[in-house]
Amino acid sequence: MIPAAFDYVRVDSAEAAIAALAAHGDDAKLLAGGMSLIPLMKFRLATPSVLVDIGRVRDLSYIRDGGDHIAIGAMTRHRDVETSDLLAAECGVVRTVAAQVGDNQVRHRGTIGGSVAHGDPASDLPAALLALDATFVAAGANGTREIAAADFFEGFLETALAEGELLTEIRVPKAGDAGFDYQKFNRRAQDWAIVGAVTATVSGTRRVALVNMGSTPIRAREVEAALAAGASFADAAQAAAVGTEPPTDLNASVEYREHLARVLVRRSLEAASA
Amino acid sequence: MKISITVNGQGQEHDVEPRTLLVQFLREACGLTGTKVGCDTSSCGACTVLYEGESVKSCTMFAAQADGGAITTIEGLAAADGTLHPVQQAYHEKHGLQCGFCTAGMVMATVGLLDEIPNPTEREVREGLEGNLCRCTGYHNIVEAVMAAAAAQEAK
Ligand SMILES: Cc1cc2nc3c(=O)[nH]c(=O)nc-3n(C[C@H](O)[C@H](O)[C@H](O)COP(=O)(O)OP(=O)(O)OC[C@H]3O[C@@H](n4cnc5c(N)ncnc54)[C@H](O)[C@@H]3O)c2cc1C
Ligand code: FES
Ligand code: FES
Repeated sequence: MIPAAFDYVRVDSAEAAIAALAAHGDDAKLLAGGMSLIPLMKFRLATPSVLVDIGRVRDLSYIRDGGDHIAIGAMTRHRDVETSDLLAAECGVVRTVAAQVGDNQVRHRGTIGGSVAHGDPASDLPAALLALDATFVAAGANGTREIAAADFFEGFLETALAEGELLTEIRVPKAGDAGFDYQKFNRRAQDWAIVGAVTATVSGTRRVALVNMGSTPIRAREVEAALAAGASFADAAQAAAVGTEPPTDLNASVEYREHLARVLVRRSLEAASA
Repeated sequence: MKISITVNGQGQEHDVEPRTLLVQFLREACGLTGTKVGCDTSSCGACTVLYEGESVKSCTMFAAQADGGAITTIEGLAAADGTLHPVQQAYHEKHGLQCGFCTAGMVMATVGLLDEIPNPTEREVREGLEGNLCRCTGYHNIVEAVMAAAAAQEAK
């Protein structure tokens, strides 16, 4: 399958990427690792007329200590996240979840920024970042702004990023090396989650988020409230599907996904405390 | 656009459309047909090659993204005198293939994996090759071949 023709522009800095987006308007699309965009282009579900390749913007590939948070450059590959010692010590959940994205070949190319900007509710990292109340930094022609994870995911493949904006950094809290777990349920090893449940612990409080239980990644607020009120893991997990609107597809019905959410949240809470 | 890639140590410069996939560049422009296209949808790994030493699916990368870089394909593994690479030798000895369609991709993914994890456990092998599908072998002999290749490389 061959994508529709496009003009290819390679940039080597965030500024150049923003300028290229401004010059080409809504016909242009950013190309990061290409692990989501290229398949869409091959199916011709995406037909950008200009591709702005940010694959070599090395300045956006880093994981550093930002004082009260860990800062991850948008172009940091899943491979670099899953092997980061700094993340293992300071925010282990991100590292663990990144290791479960796709397969080796996908993780050698795909980036955390691409995963976030794509806005797919079936993706793993967005749910983890939502559980952590991560902050996303976006840069555009009018400067930079910070967007809270809770405000970022707006709908299926829709995010708060404005046209012409580049996601540059992801900030996660120093949540440490314990108290987290990711339960990903799928049928083939490399696949997206049919349902996933992430548990993270930030400042002593359990946070739970769900993958593929609606048009965006979602926080299991009812579960969190039940835990705060002293419920057992098993009882709190019963509320996992409350307020969700999971899709029906080849892999699972709504009822089955709701069941999976309850089971996976319980397992995730238990594993996070083990 | 002009794309220059060092493929198996040799410079390859070809004038191709920006939408040219890396696998097309290798098979059609360079004439290196050892790399196979299976699913064409990023799932099967038959098209796996090494880009800067790391495994990638060449059906899901534009040649333009590899411009100026280095690619290794299955043709680049054996020595000039035909001596097989230890990973190829291990697949041969352990009978890690049947029809052979997945094999070029499996071998390249294995070379990349053993570079990252020189002494993998069986579980690490199975997880490390999760991006490569084989419809024939049931994976058992493939895993044996990878373990044997790791042992052979270790012994060196
Ligand atoms: C076989 C296969 C299996 C996979 N399995 C999983 C899985 O199990 N779980 C999972 O979560 N994902 C999975 N993925 C997707 C993978 O995680 C991608 O890496 C990720 O979704 C996109 O990252 P990317 O860097 O490849 O982005 P690209 O594909 O290059 O871009 C994706 C979108 O984001 C935009 N974009 C990229 N970077 C930026 C930026 N910095 N600022 C603004 N916009 C930007 C692009 O314009 C595009 O619209 C899989 C992919 C494949 C091919
Ligand atoms: S042909 Fe590239 S992954 Fe199947
Ligand atoms: S040997 Fe036939 S697909 Fe693997």
